[in-house]
Amino acid sequence: MDFEIGPGLLNESVLWTILWSDVLIFFLVGAITFFILSLKKNPQNRERWRQVFSTRLGMSTFVIIMAYVAIALVDSVHFRKALPSIPSAAQGQNSEQVFYSNQVNSLLDLALGEMGEMPERTYSAPFALKSWNKENLLLPNGERVRDYPKLAYGGSHLDNPEDFSSDIFINSLPGIAKGLAIALLFIGLHALWLKKNGSSTANLQWRSGWITFAIIMAVLGWLVTMGNLYHVLGTDQAGNDTLYESLKGIRTGVLIGTLATLITMPIAITLGLAAGYFKGWIDDVVQYIYTTLISIPGLLLIAASVLLFQVWINNNPDFFEVGLEKADAKFLALCFILGITSWTTLCRLLRAETLKISQLDYVQAAHAFGVSHFQIIKRHILPNLSHIIIISFVLDFSALVLAEAVLSYIGVGIDPAMASWGNMINMASTELSREPGIWWNLCGAFFLMFTLVLSVNLFSDLVNDAFDPKTRLESA
Amino acid sequence: MLTYIIRRLFYAIPILIGVNLLTFVLFFIVNTPEDMARAHLGDKYVTEQAIQDWIADKGYDQPLFFNGAADGFNRLTETVFFNKSVKLFAFDFGASDEGRNIQSDVVDRMGPSLALALPTFLIGIWVNITVALMVLMFRGSRLDRFAVGVFVTLMSVSYLFYIIIGQHFMAKISRLVPVSGFNDGIDGWRFLILPILIGTIAGIGAGSRWYRSLFIEVSGQDFARTARAKGVSEAGVLFRHILPNAMLPILTGVVVVIPTLFMGSLVMESFFSIPGLGSYLLDAIRAQDFAIVRAMVFLGSVLYIIGLILTDISYTWADPRVRLS
Repeated sequence: MDFEIGPGLLNESVLWTILWSDVLIFFLVGAITFFILSLKKNPQNRERWRQVFSTRLGMSTFVIIMAYVAIALVDSVHFRKALPSIPSAAQGQNSEQVFYSNQVNSLLDLALGEMGEMPERTYSAPFALKSWNKENLLLPNGERVRDYPKLAYGGSHLDNPEDFSSDIFINSLPGIAKGLAIALLFIGLHALWLKKNGSSTANLQWRSGWITFAIIMAVLGWLVTMGNLYHVLGTDQAGNDTLYESLKGIRTGVLIGTLATLITMPIAITLGLAAGYFKGWIDDVVQYIYTTLISIPGLLLIAASVLLFQVWINNNPDFFEVGLEKADAKFLALCFILGITSWTTLCRLLRAETLKISQLDYVQAAHAFGVSHFQIIKRHILPNLSHIIIISFVLDFSALVLAEAVLSYIGVGIDPAMASWGNMINMASTELSREPGIWWNLCGAFFLMFTLVLSVNLFSDLVNDAFDPKTRLESA
Repeated sequence: MLTYIIRRLFYAIPILIGVNLLTFVLFFIVNTPEDMARAHLGDKYVTEQAIQDWIADKGYDQPLFFNGAADGFNRLTETVFFNKSVKLFAFDFGASDEGRNIQSDVVDRMGPSLALALPTFLIGIWVNITVALMVLMFRGSRLDRFAVGVFVTLMSVSYLFYIIIGQHFMAKISRLVPVSGFNDGIDGWRFLILPILIGTIAGIGAGSRWYRSLFIEVSGQDFARTARAKGVSEAGVLFRHILPNAMLPILTGVVVVIPTLFMGSLVMESFFSIPGLGSYLLDAIRAQDFAIVRAMVFLGSVLYIIGLILTDISYTWADPRVRLS
């Protein structure tokens, strides 16, 4: 979907391109926020969330996860720049006509500056000034030598290669300072707000959150500043900046986690509730459906479906205007398939729990009073299932992010046109065995992925402790 | 007992029919045989005749469910559905789109898959339970919290990363073992030791954590508390009271996995070029050989259902209170 916006915004006319996944990610983040806010009305749930955020670990990991989500959101506002008009060619056609670049950019690209537009010829090491491979060079005096050529962008602002280390030091300071300044501004505003109406949020570990936020912003500030001068994490085979690619992979990782889990939720909740509450033939049908799905090896079903969809895309190229839309469609299909194949566990849990709850006295009493099924489900059953839903959401998320990498390796993952950690790790397995080995692609993807998954895992542990009645009983 | 097993086997039939229908619909509603032929023969420079030949050759030229042109019983049997899907029930896998006999391929490749998966599985369980028990001895202490932290960290690392790094350092840098390959005889252990090691290490995080929480749950029950109150040592409680009583949930997790061992590990086998079922499947997926994928999906489901039945049976000898009826 494309929307044209005339001159005035961003100083040039820009074609806002909305990918389906963009719409979904904003919708989903909104839905999750709404869900959590609606839970806050329940004093019991509020107490549980308070328990999560009154630990330092809970607050810090939450801030890290939110940083990832924020980057993913910023990376989900896409546009295509207008191409500069060519005066000589304009004679034959309407000069008002503006053509747009086939390159789809996002707001994240703007924030990162030139980082994505510094292509080298091929591999280069982190902070390198020269290429990784020797090439035949033509010296100014006409002599041909075989040597490492200078990089086109990495460190090209240096007049003298010996200034290298002092240049890094000099440029690091303002980078970190910029990041810290923005962080301090936000922290200050938040602190002011807390002072005014913060009585209800006392004894939460705000300080840990602030420190984490300041560290993230300082690191980001440094990375953006240095990334525009050097290739902080080197470049990959095609000469793209590895740091840029890894950062672009955040959107894919976050999206696949949220989207696939969110697709499972409505299916699992509806079917699980229906089976557990109404019993009888509905229960039989639901059980049959999920047993059938469970019996199929998950990876196989996913691989087969993705392959089929791939064939369909190849046969219907007219549906997609730019390459990224095709990649986006494939990506959505992947999320959808992942969702369809992974609702069964949650459904089974919810069914069992509903069976148990619907036998309880107060539900029986509600029946006797003639309360409608819908009201009973809404008032008595659904709230008692919320802990299972929340726990399984956070648990599934990290599993899906990891699954993406494996799927990409198998060749049924994200389209290569879309930056993803899975594709990077997949490439890295051959790069590492080169002589000398290339390790920075693997490291870049690994580090960002590891931080996200680790934060989510640690956070989900805390959520589990706070919400799972079993662990609550034990600690009491 | 026997009647129970027979009844369970009968229950399996509708599920297998469901699996079969689902895969069939997946393969034939979304894409026509022409699409499949094109995917196989290459996209651009293929003649219409070649496509039709391919379709006729592979038997995709029949109607999907009902053949009006045939007579009698053949109306149902001379269809794509019967030839490609129903025959799977008789374990007649037919030929792959490449023309190889799938059944003999599967039989050939089962051995290497098991040679890799079985040791990984057994060593994995042993290591995970040992680690979990060791951690449990220090329950509540700083060491315990540290160990849980390590488990979560190990869990957060991608499986691919374990393989890539393990292969790089163990095989390429230190040259302790061959990088990849497989050998049928006793001599083949050299090729298997690295994948088994990596598979075990990659599983420690999630596995040990799971066993730890399992043991904690059991240890909260009355008999464990009574044993402690009687003055039984912590180790005694662990090994004589908690471990035997945790057998049931351990079995639930373990027996169900056994049949999937035949399927091998998709990623591991292809990384170490072990000619097992996992890499067979992966190659089929990459070559878009739908006949193989369909047969393997069916086989996988059969094995899974067998695993479920085995789990139930194993309950009876793990816990005498369980009666199957």
